[in-house]
Amino acid sequence: MVNIIITMVSRFLRGIGSRMIARVWRLGAGTRLFMLAIIYSGESFRRFHLTLREVYFTGVMSLLIIIVSAFFVGMVLALQGYNTLQKYGSSEAIGVLVALALVRELGPVVTALLFAGRAGTAITAEIGLMKTTEQLSAMEMMAVNPIARVVAPRFWAGVISMPILAALFSMVGVLGGYLVAVPLIGVDDGAFWSQMQANVDVRADIINGVIKSVVFGVACTMIALFEGFDAPPTAEGVSHATTRTVVISSLTVLCLDFVLTSFMLVV
Amino acid sequence: MDRTKIDLWVGIFVALGAAALLGLAMKVGNLTSSKIGDTYSVSASFENIGGLKPNAPVKSAGVVVGRVAEINFDAKTYEAVVTIKIDKRYQFPKDTFANIYTAGLLGEQYIGLEAGGEEDVLKTGDKISQTQDAIVLEKMISQFLYNKASESGKDKASAPAAGESAKAKSTELGDAPF
Repeated sequence: MVNIIITMVSRFLRGIGSRMIARVWRLGAGTRLFMLAIIYSGESFRRFHLTLREVYFTGVMSLLIIIVSAFFVGMVLALQGYNTLQKYGSSEAIGVLVALALVRELGPVVTALLFAGRAGTAITAEIGLMKTTEQLSAMEMMAVNPIARVVAPRFWAGVISMPILAALFSMVGVLGGYLVAVPLIGVDDGAFWSQMQANVDVRADIINGVIKSVVFGVACTMIALFEGFDAPPTAEGVSHATTRTVVISSLTVLCLDFVLTSFMLVV
Repeated sequence: MDRTKIDLWVGIFVALGAAALLGLAMKVGNLTSSKIGDTYSVSASFENIGGLKPNAPVKSAGVVVGRVAEINFDAKTYEAVVTIKIDKRYQFPKDTFANIYTAGLLGEQYIGLEAGGEEDVLKTGDKISQTQDAIVLEKMISQFLYNKASESGKDKASAPAAGESAKAKSTELGDAPF
């Protein structure tokens, strides 16, 4: 009886331990891939059309989902904000509320979450399938470095696209908020913009939002690339890797957001 | 899709992003309004600055004429020394009043300058001697409550003479609470 319990407990502990070790191993491998992508990124700038093509697929193709969701997020923020603010008789502050919420938090974070779902999964599936069909091995046989040819352009494309998408998200969201607040609810037009301009600081709010989105761009793209690179070369493996990309990217973005915000608010 | 068309779309994408950032900086942020040209700095000491913060506006007649540059504590006089930067275009007399006001009931605090009548104007390094501290809401409320308490204590003392106190109260009603 005691023996059975001891075996069960030890098996349980061993399971936790092996999982932890696997995670740490994957973290190390991911960091190595990140370093390699940076070391070999010279190629992706010399042959810039490779990077440009990836910017098209990750950035331009994400425009629609970003703009439409930004519009609705801005509108809903204005509606909800008005509902609360009018109780305190300060419905003119709605512009500040919408702009600060979007520029500081929702712009970078929601963009990163949508980016992970829209572009990150595509990157993982593409690279996973390249590995499954042995295209990456074929490249190596032809003395083409797959990290320089496949990983680095996608990495830089993600890093370039994310701040642009986040800035667009914030701007379109503010316009959506404006549309609900001013013509629909009837908040004063001048007060909406002037209060916003008085309370949104370029360095403390807008530049910090851009910094956040660059960091999220690095994290999301790198996770997608690593999951694709690390996927077992089977159909099931690629499907699991794609799921993991979304889950890990979302969690990483939300955790990083907290860390970055706490740094930015202190400084 | 051929390469030139991709280039075009990426170009549009990047231009949109740049436009959005510019729009955020200009229309949403305060890049345009916070621009103050050349400034001269003047200091003023207050006994209590309340919630005044660096970069708070300095207003005269409601118009922003400068910003608070830095706030220090003088350990000798136990006063707060506030350095403000005023736009070079605006000259203020030496006997200008500096008051700390609150925008709205609970809004941010700012410094209001009220021009005096002297002919000499303030220059860099000058000190504004006439200042008024921030109004601290808690202080006012505690003062008000203290007055109320002492008043009700008086009422209780005179309670036995009910008929007289009722008459007295009706005349007292017109008085301010403090």
